[in-house]
Amino acid sequence: MSAAVTVPVWPVEGWELVAGLEVHTELSTATKLFCGCRNAFGDVPNTNTCPVCLGLPGSLPVLNAEAVELAARVGVALGSDVRRSLFHRKNYFYPDMPKNYQVSQYDEPICVGGSLELPDGVRIGIVRAHLEEDTGKTTHVGGDGRIHGASHSLVDYNRAGVPLLEIVSEPDLRSAEQARAYVAELRAILVAVGASDGRMEEGSLRVDANVSVRRVGDATLGTRCEVKNLNSLRSLGRAVEHEAARQVAVLLAGGTVAQETRHWREDEGRTVAMRSKEEAFDYRYFPEPDLVPVAPDAALLERARAAVPMLPAARRARLFGLLSRGGDQDPARAGAPGAQVAAVVASDLDQLVAGAVERGAEPALALARVANEAAAEPDAARRLDVEAFAHLCRMEAAGELSATQAKTVLGVLLAEGGDPAEIAAARGLAALPAGAVEEFVRSVAAAHPEEWGRWLAGEEKVAGFLVGRVMRESGGRADGKAVRAVLDAARSRA
Amino acid sequence: MADERAGTSGAVGPGGTDGGTGAAGLHAGAVGIAQAVRRGELRAQDVLEEHLAVVEAREPALHCFLALDVERARASAAALDEAVARGEAVGALAGVPVVLKDNLCVPGLPATCGSRILEGWVPPYEATVAARLRKAGALLVGKTNLDEFAMGSSTEHSAFGATANPHDPERVPGGSSGGSAAAVAAGMAPIGLGSDTGGSIRQPAALCGVVGVKPTYGLVSRYGLIAFASSLDQIGPLTATVADAALALEVIAGADPADSTCLDRPAPVLGPVLGRGVEGLRVGVVGDLVEGADREVAAAVAAAADRLAGAGAKVDEVAIPACRYGLPAYYLLAPAEASSNLARYDGVRYGLRVEGEDVAAMNAATRAAGFGREVRRRIMLGTFALSAGYYDAYYGQAQRVRTLMIQAFADAYQRFDVLLGATTPGVAFHQGEKLADPLSMYLSDVFTVPSNLTGQPALSVPFGTGESGLPVGVQVLAPALGEEVLFQVGSSLEAMAPRGGADGAAGQGTGQEAGGAAGQGTGGR
Repeated sequence: MSAAVTVPVWPVEGWELVAGLEVHTELSTATKLFCGCRNAFGDVPNTNTCPVCLGLPGSLPVLNAEAVELAARVGVALGSDVRRSLFHRKNYFYPDMPKNYQVSQYDEPICVGGSLELPDGVRIGIVRAHLEEDTGKTTHVGGDGRIHGASHSLVDYNRAGVPLLEIVSEPDLRSAEQARAYVAELRAILVAVGASDGRMEEGSLRVDANVSVRRVGDATLGTRCEVKNLNSLRSLGRAVEHEAARQVAVLLAGGTVAQETRHWREDEGRTVAMRSKEEAFDYRYFPEPDLVPVAPDAALLERARAAVPMLPAARRARLFGLLSRGGDQDPARAGAPGAQVAAVVASDLDQLVAGAVERGAEPALALARVANEAAAEPDAARRLDVEAFAHLCRMEAAGELSATQAKTVLGVLLAEGGDPAEIAAARGLAALPAGAVEEFVRSVAAAHPEEWGRWLAGEEKVAGFLVGRVMRESGGRADGKAVRAVLDAARSRA
Repeated sequence: MADERAGTSGAVGPGGTDGGTGAAGLHAGAVGIAQAVRRGELRAQDVLEEHLAVVEAREPALHCFLALDVERARASAAALDEAVARGEAVGALAGVPVVLKDNLCVPGLPATCGSRILEGWVPPYEATVAARLRKAGALLVGKTNLDEFAMGSSTEHSAFGATANPHDPERVPGGSSGGSAAAVAAGMAPIGLGSDTGGSIRQPAALCGVVGVKPTYGLVSRYGLIAFASSLDQIGPLTATVADAALALEVIAGADPADSTCLDRPAPVLGPVLGRGVEGLRVGVVGDLVEGADREVAAAVAAAADRLAGAGAKVDEVAIPACRYGLPAYYLLAPAEASSNLARYDGVRYGLRVEGEDVAAMNAATRAAGFGREVRRRIMLGTFALSAGYYDAYYGQAQRVRTLMIQAFADAYQRFDVLLGATTPGVAFHQGEKLADPLSMYLSDVFTVPSNLTGQPALSVPFGTGESGLPVGVQVLAPALGEEVLFQVGSSLEAMAPRGGADGAAGQGTGQEAGGAAGQGTGGR
């Protein structure tokens, strides 16, 4: 039915997208969830295995305490209730699952509730986070790599039994951007607390999206589809929008959305049905009799709290605080400063900004230089001497260097280090003396009378050309803002 | 024998070999053998050869074993004798031949579980109990027959043929640990290990006339026991005497980090309670654990109660009506867990593989060919019990029954130190008698399943012979971790059990074979 419908491009006027995400993260423990085998990516296949993770007859699982610690840290970071939990068996047959059941937490997960704050301030609710074991990895050989047409399949059990934490969000996401931002934020938290290396490309972070649509203004949720095989933030965004658009198309054509699991085909840019609700596996969950309940005690929770560092949201709030203290306006949590703050925290460079501000740099300037220039080379930026950077900011603010010159000096600082004043002197960089900018403007006006005339006549878009010419004439020494001020003054006199 | 812990031997002697030069080994029991070997009075190699001679003589008729490990056993015995000669300390089971049910993993020996589906699979690792026996100096003779995946009460459900009862080869040895029970009863080894999920140690012990113990759940590590129903399975000893069972349990019990359900506590110390008597102990005779038993079995329980009272115990009757729900609850929970535990036998990694069109077809063909009827029946039962829409009515309800039973027994233990009942409804039945009627076979477990559901310990001790001349067992039950009082009462019952035909309280035990009576001599007492 849905195949016959032409799928529009999202967004579709009058419709709202609703998404909740299930994020599976491999916990970066030294060993697997139920045995002592190494938890490592990329090793020679089937070398990190033992009777337990191969599910050999007679073997028994023993819970990895480190996995519980990491799960508790994530719970603390998300504001969840970290509680007594129980493992169940999820029964289904698949060759890369050695026991043909997966040990997973079911109705009593270790973390319940909580929320996550996106950089734009929106809070996304967390339903739960639960521990489970990963499966092995199957590679289909021959054909096009899918199971159909393959001549045989190879299974690597190195991944079997690797600890996973599945974090389930409320259906609070309303756009592909939010979905991506949620995963990016969650990833940053997981990395910050040491729970995960966050490597999506290695499968350390895997995302399934539950997507539904409804008319704008509707209070009830539509029927959802679960979309699997989202291997990057880009896939996630594309798949969520495509799935929402597909559902709208189905509804507009008079159909109904069937609750089903769908597979994202990255190359085709569409989702295809995997199995319907009726075909869904009956997992026959029952309590795992080989394990005992896990009850985090006060000491474990205390350790978890102590191990959670300042999280991205708090770090962003701190930067906003610096901005509002240094500036004269209440910083908006959107637009340029917000994006800059998010970028700086995401690059782990907020300490550089804060340190520079402490040493007398203007907060907005320090933030802009870090977000726009230094963040392009995050590794070098994290090694940058805070005092040197602060000095540079002070020089620029004092008019000793133009913005262009300051960026040049910053480039040298990032590449080689050193003292900004000495770098500026060695390269003959100094802001122009008073009156020099006017000289350059007069010269440019004379050389380009037609553009100058259009500027005076009020054509705004020619400003860029004129400023650029002045910058070139001055060899980059002129300050862009100062040039603009001279241009404005000339026009107001005209 | 000098050791006060050496009790009477209930073993059916190996016929004419009685009284040979090595009789000290054969009839000293594990306690006597280990002590004599430690002191250098007996060579482990001689002990082993005597027992191997019994194996050689009787195995063709009984079929106790699925694998023998003679060469390694001989090498171990030789090493042990050298160690003793050098004056080195040797373990608590030095020189004691042991047999293991073939659902326990030992490197280098196949572990079949009595199933075609595991044929040819050799475990690369060692069960905790096997390691503990080995370190204690025990000599592993071989792996014994069982009902496939321990599902059955007659050992007829083995894919590799049935085992015969040493007292009457026309009859079953019970099951599922029938191979170990028969081997011990025949004198092939003083100690056999079995696993007990619903009675699989105690029922064959009763039918073969040996002692069988199901310890408290969690007392013995299950690591290396191929699971049937994980929340019910428990490994325990089958021995000729209560003292040997106590010694074996002391060796195999105790905390094991490899089994999360194993209790973090040391093995019990049972030697001191043996022969302590029952003066002042409160014994409850559970009518619900006798009701429906054959007359000869009921008579044995009554006789046991009388003799305990005569020895100073305060004996009273107690009703635990919840027992009647044990069997139905058990036949939901055990298959449910089994359906999941046995899912791994899919032809992908080890054991049998029958090719198919695709993976699912290969899985199905392998399982259809590899599992016997009884196993398939239980997998289907368990899958159904766990299915969406039925879970609450079946699995959930059975779990509630389990809670109810734990409470009912806890109430009884407010008033009694131990409980007494029958182990089985009847004596050993004929081969084939119950094969066509699964429900009748399931009823063999009716008196034993309650202890598995509650996790509490129980033992079966031979108490004379019935009208048929076949062994009858009585069952002692104790509260969780009550192994001390369990063995205390067990050893008293053993001492007061009717001897041969002269003292048959439960009908005339004529002794099926000459060795039957001879083997039940009172030893050094």
